[in-house]
Amino acid sequence: MNIKIPQYDINLEPFMERPPDFNNKSVLMQTEKGFKSEVINIVKLTSQEKLFQVRILDSCEREKFTFLPGQFVMLELPGCGEIPISISSSSSNREFIGLCIRKAGKVTGMIDRLEPGAIVGIRGPFGTHFPMQKMKGYNILLIAGGLGIAPLRSPIYWVNEQRSAYKDITILYGTREPGQILFDYQFEEWQKIYNLKLLTIIQEPDENWKGRVGLITDLFKEVRIDPDNTFAIVCGPPVMFKFVCAYLSDIGIPRQRMFVSLERRMHCGMGKCCRCNVGSTFTCLDGPVFDYWTVMNLKEAI
Amino acid sequence: MLFKTITKENFKKMVEALLEENEVIGPKSRDRDTEGNKIYRFLKINSFEELEMDYTRSYSSPKNYFLPFKEDLATYHFNDKGWEQEIQYTTHPRVIIGMRACDINALLKLDQVMLKSVYPNPHYFARRRNTLIIGLDHEPLEDCFCRSMNTDTVFHGFDLFLTDIGDRYFVAINSDTAYIILNKFDAGEVTEEDRERFKTVKKQIESKFKTQVDITILPELMDLEFESEVWKKWGDKCLSCGSCAMVCPTCYCYGIEEDTDLSFSKATKRKFLYSCNLLDFAAVAGGHNFRPDAHIRLKYRYYHQFRGFVEAFNQSLCVGCNRCGKACLAGISPKAVIDDLIRTEKNEH
Repeated sequence: MNIKIPQYDINLEPFMERPPDFNNKSVLMQTEKGFKSEVINIVKLTSQEKLFQVRILDSCEREKFTFLPGQFVMLELPGCGEIPISISSSSSNREFIGLCIRKAGKVTGMIDRLEPGAIVGIRGPFGTHFPMQKMKGYNILLIAGGLGIAPLRSPIYWVNEQRSAYKDITILYGTREPGQILFDYQFEEWQKIYNLKLLTIIQEPDENWKGRVGLITDLFKEVRIDPDNTFAIVCGPPVMFKFVCAYLSDIGIPRQRMFVSLERRMHCGMGKCCRCNVGSTFTCLDGPVFDYWTVMNLKEAI
Repeated sequence: MLFKTITKENFKKMVEALLEENEVIGPKSRDRDTEGNKIYRFLKINSFEELEMDYTRSYSSPKNYFLPFKEDLATYHFNDKGWEQEIQYTTHPRVIIGMRACDINALLKLDQVMLKSVYPNPHYFARRRNTLIIGLDHEPLEDCFCRSMNTDTVFHGFDLFLTDIGDRYFVAINSDTAYIILNKFDAGEVTEEDRERFKTVKKQIESKFKTQVDITILPELMDLEFESEVWKKWGDKCLSCGSCAMVCPTCYCYGIEEDTDLSFSKATKRKFLYSCNLLDFAAVAGGHNFRPDAHIRLKYRYYHQFRGFVEAFNQSLCVGCNRCGKACLAGISPKAVIDDLIRTEKNEH
């Protein structure tokens, strides 16, 4: 006698016909399917960073792709690798997404060499977002260090698009050297049109620098923060979080109204590879945007 | 759950019939250790005689038939316009014979992550659905602490589960496919005598557990003793080799590698199982490593197993098989580490 075990062919499942919808997290889908996307424009920002404008080619996939400020995508260059990059453009822009990328590692080193027209893969969006709805009626204080300005552009666009819903918006932005300032071409627009207050500071000035010199925390002397009516968004290198968040909690901003965006190594974006494990959870699932109360309860988050 | 019995002679016939047209995996002896004991692994078997139903413990776990060490996630075919992505899923059926209760419980824990959590994994799903599992009871070894982990018995997650009651197996049946197969081999109704023999065997198994690990206060202890010297004591021994994760039935973390073939016509995105003890596990581009020290990485291995996983799924990730303890080149065993942690806590308070 012989017995043949029945075969299960996943290729016959209806979801195989559909593009994955990463916003619908609990259903079975082709999680490795990357949306084929074209790099339609590359803006050189500094010697290290470029802004890549990426458009999903398939119109059906493009229409379905929606995200909220603070979320990230996995960007893949086939044959080179896949990396998590936070989305740095307006969530209402349904034509393309902006990804601000510093050449820092192997994959970003290859991405830096791309030219407009290159085809990359996009999976996502993944992760948590800044609670923009909850912030309505409040002041927002955005604090960025270095490349930390990249994920904050998305909430900045959001606020501008619904400007009357928010009160005073202040951006504090610091970098090490003047040559590292990102998106300075937008500073005038942010202040004049978006009606935001912007303060920048440099740690190591050169002879041409005429602005403020010091650490990001020095800017607190120049701004009046109403702790009862302010939400804070903080993004920067790990060392910056500690000082900035400690100051903000000291002046009385509730920890649940302070949001940080964390960076970790990631290989999947979906809570499977464990590489972004922080404390008892994963940055890709419960983050990258965490409130500060959660961060304090996660071991070695910052 | 339905129960039947099958004589050992008929079980042999059943395995031989399964071997005719299916890939059958089972415990096979591969080598001997320095003391002359057999080393077992779950491997493809070609005849019933190769199957060692009296095996002790497989060196590595059968999890790799669900989470292979290496697995191609996608292939990219380059062309003038860029590339086309191709994703292939497993569709061939497979039988695994001889999985222990702890290993089946390990699969149930993996199911939590891979199927019942966010972003169910289609590769895992396809493998799980195509695998027929025949479990097998055994008397615990000296160092088995699955009973402490509540994984010494299993009620689902398999198709058939066998308990040796002398000349026959007492069989728990969990799927229609398995029920149909079993009935083709004169499976008998459970008699009063079978039931009594089954209970006796179960009692005997229960009585033989020697190793106990107290995990009840562990989730809290992980936070209270986060800065404990215990981590440094054991972590400094750790060689950061990742052997523990390789043999663990529940470790699932991985890395991705991509390579391009020499003709530049295609590329492969490949997943390979990793270990949180390896040096660059949490290293990011630019040179920063969130876990630069071996003892911090070792601590997080335990933190995930007994704290993080408990928070997410209300159970610890460890099943108490002690494969990691056996495989560790530095002699770090989970029982020793946990006992030490609990001892520290008691001395201080």
